[in-house]
This record gives sequence, structure tokens and C-alpha cells, in this order.
Amino acid sequence: MDKNFAARRRRDLIIAAVLAVIAALTPLFVKDVVVQNILILTLMYAGLSQSWNILSGYCGQISLGHALYFGLGAYTTELLFTKFGVLPWFGMLAGGVVSALIAMGLGYPFFRLRGHYFVIATIVIAEIGLLLFHNWEWAGAAMGITIPIRGDSWLKFQFARSKLPYFYFALLLACVAWFVTWWLEDSKWGYWWRAVKDNPDAAESLGVDVFNSKMGAAAVSAFLVAVGGSFYAQFVSYIDPESVMGFQFSLLMALPAVLGGIGTLWGPVLGAAILIPLTELTRFKFGGSGSGVDLIVYGTLIVLISLALPRGLMSLFSRPKKTGATR
Amino acid sequence: MGLLYGLIAVGLALIFGLMDVTNFAHGEFLMIAMYLSFFLFAFFAIDPLLSAPLVAAGLFVFGAVVYLLLVRFAMRAKANAGMVQIFTTFGLAIVMRGLAQYFFTPDYRSIPQSWLGGKTISVAGIFLPEPQLVGALVSIAAFAGLYLFIHRTDFGRALEATREDPGAVALVGIDKNRVFAFGWGLGAALVGLAGAIMAVFFYIYPDVGASFALIAYVTVALGGFGSVFGAFAGGIIVGLVEAVTALVLPPSLKSVGIYAVYLLVVFIRPRGLFGSM
Repeated sequence: MDKNFAARRRRDLIIAAVLAVIAALTPLFVKDVVVQNILILTLMYAGLSQSWNILSGYCGQISLGHALYFGLGAYTTELLFTKFGVLPWFGMLAGGVVSALIAMGLGYPFFRLRGHYFVIATIVIAEIGLLLFHNWEWAGAAMGITIPIRGDSWLKFQFARSKLPYFYFALLLACVAWFVTWWLEDSKWGYWWRAVKDNPDAAESLGVDVFNSKMGAAAVSAFLVAVGGSFYAQFVSYIDPESVMGFQFSLLMALPAVLGGIGTLWGPVLGAAILIPLTELTRFKFGGSGSGVDLIVYGTLIVLISLALPRGLMSLFSRPKKTGATR
Repeated sequence: MGLLYGLIAVGLALIFGLMDVTNFAHGEFLMIAMYLSFFLFAFFAIDPLLSAPLVAAGLFVFGAVVYLLLVRFAMRAKANAGMVQIFTTFGLAIVMRGLAQYFFTPDYRSIPQSWLGGKTISVAGIFLPEPQLVGALVSIAAFAGLYLFIHRTDFGRALEATREDPGAVALVGIDKNRVFAFGWGLGAALVGLAGAIMAVFFYIYPDVGASFALIAYVTVALGGFGSVFGAFAGGIIVGLVEAVTALVLPPSLKSVGIYAVYLLVVFIRPRGLFGSM
């Protein structure tokens, strides 16, 4: 069993490396800007969903408020950049740290909630954040922040002419999120998290520090999502509260992991690879006219996939004897 | 206003609170009810107050059908039952919004004149808008009715028993699907009632549900899952808190007070005010 597990982990790492190299080479063949755009978003959501999966999938604390951390990352970066001239790279780090601290600050009182009460609390907290930013004059309020164009440079992480640098950063983000998950899966934390998810009371009685496990998962998860938020802000170069902190982001982050397989290493990657191109293509094909057809198609897909594969697509790959959800 | 939230929440209290099924499409149920009320008015000139029972009946059928066609299967999931329910109903919500946009266009509509619209009534020198007053009365009646229904009838007991242990009720001859389909129908009918009354004084557009749905979830959770009285109390508290917040903070922040109170309540009492789960 142990040997199998080690072998599987090595295999996962090799697959990931191969996929990363293939992904890194795609821009050589894909020159179309629209397609590149979709690839960037796919990688970004793969990274975000992987980060969400750490808290909600592995540790079992379902959060539908991760938009808060996404928005905090975006806002910290851009406020530091536009108001104090701090380079986005530092802003990105600062955003991550701020989000992780806030996640722990919120976890402190609210991690004792369970089930629906917890999920609703996460939604409500993100909504409070959204409303506060909406009314915060200094941070641009509802108008948001337009990031000034200062010419292409890696230093300022700003590129108007080519999307490639964004592509590589999104790839890096997805890889880092994947690697962190891979690494944590076999660490003390990873085992604690799964124990907390399956049965917090039993875990506690066996000496698992339930509270600190949740705090750790929340901090890692929030940090990575915030970095994604910073990236997104630089990528679209305009942010307002709705566009980075809206409830839809919380769902969009959760969706790939859920469809791919919640609490699995590959679920978020697989989910994002299928879902995001589909979303963008339906929007591209049917959207824009405001007729709602894109929503109908998209919604139907979500319903069908969640009904057909409650454990996510990853369950197709696991042998029948194993339970896909806990691998 | 609080009782109105209560009225939206009472249907959800039944579905979400009593049957323990997540319904992320509750706001869209409300939206459909408002459109139904609008079209009955626009084409047949039936006043929303009169058409309310029709709308409720329509929504009853709709709710039962949604349960039988979708939710029934979502509840069968052995793994991740919660997430499957969330995303099945969320997908449904998106489809419903899309359909509304497609057939009804994204335009804002309103019912220009009705028996109640824009009128006020003076009670001991205090002027109250009539639609809200009627909404409040209907809300109280709906809560009282639901409370009696759950606690005094065989069906109510069957519903609670089914949630507690679907396997055991099957043994005593209760058809789980019939009970839950009826429960969903009833929950949808109640939100239909809310929609019919709200159609009088709110703009009607495809996304209208979203703004009320979250407050309805908070109301139910604030009162505590599994308690009809809790949802009623939650509705009143939410209304009061919103009114007070609106006095102290700018109007755009009025929901912050509601959310903050929810967080405070679950911080002190993680099962909501009157929750049994």
C-alpha cells in the first residue's frame, strides 16, 4: 500500500511536469489572441480552484466566499501601485499576506461553525467586503481603479502588446498551486486535513489539532487565491468591486474543483481544462447579444455534470474499489 | 419590510430549513413568480392581489416538478451531497435567468397601477404603504399556517420524519418522493405568494432574485435550521436591523448590518437562534 502510494505520487509529479512542458510550448503553435486569452483564464482558474480545493476539498471547510481573497489580492496590489508606486510584485506578496492574515482572523471566530451555517457565513463575509469596497472612496468606490499604462515591462508586470508573459505567469501560478497541493498531500497537514474533513470529533480525540489545521488550510488557500487576484488585476488592468469580489468568483473558483473532483489532486486541473474553455466558448458563440442563450447552455452543463458525476470527473479514473473522493 | 423578507424566507425555511436541501434557485423562483404576476396583469388585467393564488398554484406545480426532475437525483448522490445540491440548483438558477432573459428580455418592468400600488393607509397617524402592509399580513398568515401545518398535520410529521431518516419512513409506508415533492411545491407556492405581492412595488427583471436570495438564506440561518418560528423571528430581526442600519449608514451599506448581525448571532450561538440542527 505504502509503496503504491509513493509510486503514485512519483507518477503524479512526472505527469505534472510533462503537462507543464506541453503547456509551456503551446504558445509556439497558438497565435490567435482569443485562444491565448482562453488558455490564460483556464490556467488561472486551475490555480485558483486548486487553492480553493486546499481549504474546501482537503480540509472540508466549504467556502463560497473566496472572492474576498481574490479581491483583496487585486486591491492590495493595485492600491499599493497606484497610490504609493509599489511594484506589483511586492504588491502581490503583500496581497497574499494580507489575505492569509484576514483568513486566519476570520477563521478564529468562525471555524467552529459547521455545515450550512459555515457556508452562509463565508458568503456573507465576502459580501460585506464587497459592500465596503463599494463605499470606500479612497479605493475608488464603485468606480474602481484603472491601472495606468506605463509601457511593457517585467518590472511593472504590465504588457500591452503581447499576452505571452501573462500566459507564463498563469502557468506558473497553476504549477505552484498544484505543487503546493501535491507536497501538502503527503505532509502531516494533509493527513490532518483529511481527518478533519471526515470526522472532526474523532480527529480531535486522536490528537489532531483541528482548529490549527483549519487555520493552516485557510491561510495557504487565501494566500494563493490572492496572488491569483493580483495577477488578474494586472491582466485586465481595470478593477472594480463587482469585477474582482463578486459572488460569481467564489462559485467560479469552486466549480472546476467540484466538477473535476473535490478533494483530489487533479480534479481542479481537469475541471478547469474542460469548464473554462466551454464557458468562454459559449459566451463567445451565444453571448454578447444579451439574449441569455449562453447562460442557458452554461447552466444546463453544470446541472448535467453535477448530476451525472457527483464525485467529479476524477471518479472516472479511479478503480471501482477505491473511493475517488478520498484519494 | 422585515415581514416581507420573512415571506420570501418562509418558503426557503421549508425547503432549506426543514427538508435540509440546499436550493440556490430560490431567488429565481421569486423572479418567476413576479413575472407570472406581471403577465397575468399585462394580458388579462388581473390585479396581482387576485392573481396571487394563481401564481402560488403555478409555483407549486413548478416546485414539485423541479424536485421530481432534478433535486430528487441530486439528493441521491452518495458523495459530496451538499456540493451536488448546491451546483445542481445553482445551474438551474443560471438556466432560469437565461430563459428569462431570452423570453422576457432584460428590460425592467413594473406593474403601473394596481389596487394597492402607491397607496398609503393611515393607522393612528402613521402612514403605511398598503402593499407592504398587505405583504406583512400575508406573511404572518403564511407563517402561522406553515407552523400549524408542520406541527399539527400528519403531513408535517411525515416531512420531518423523512428528513430525519428516509430509510425508516419507507418502512412505515411513506413515499419519500411524494412527501418531498409536496414540500418543494409548498415551499415554491409560498415564494410565489411573496413574488405576487412584491410585483406590485418592485421592478421586475431577470436578475431580481439574486438580491433577495442571500438575505433569505441569512434569514433562515439566523433563525436556525429546522425551525419555522425561527425563520419568522429571523425575518423580523432582519427587517429591523436593516431599518436601523439605513438610519446610521449610507443606504448602499444597509445589508452590511444584516450580515453583521448574522455573524454575531452564529458566533454566540452556532445553531442560529432557534435552530435544532
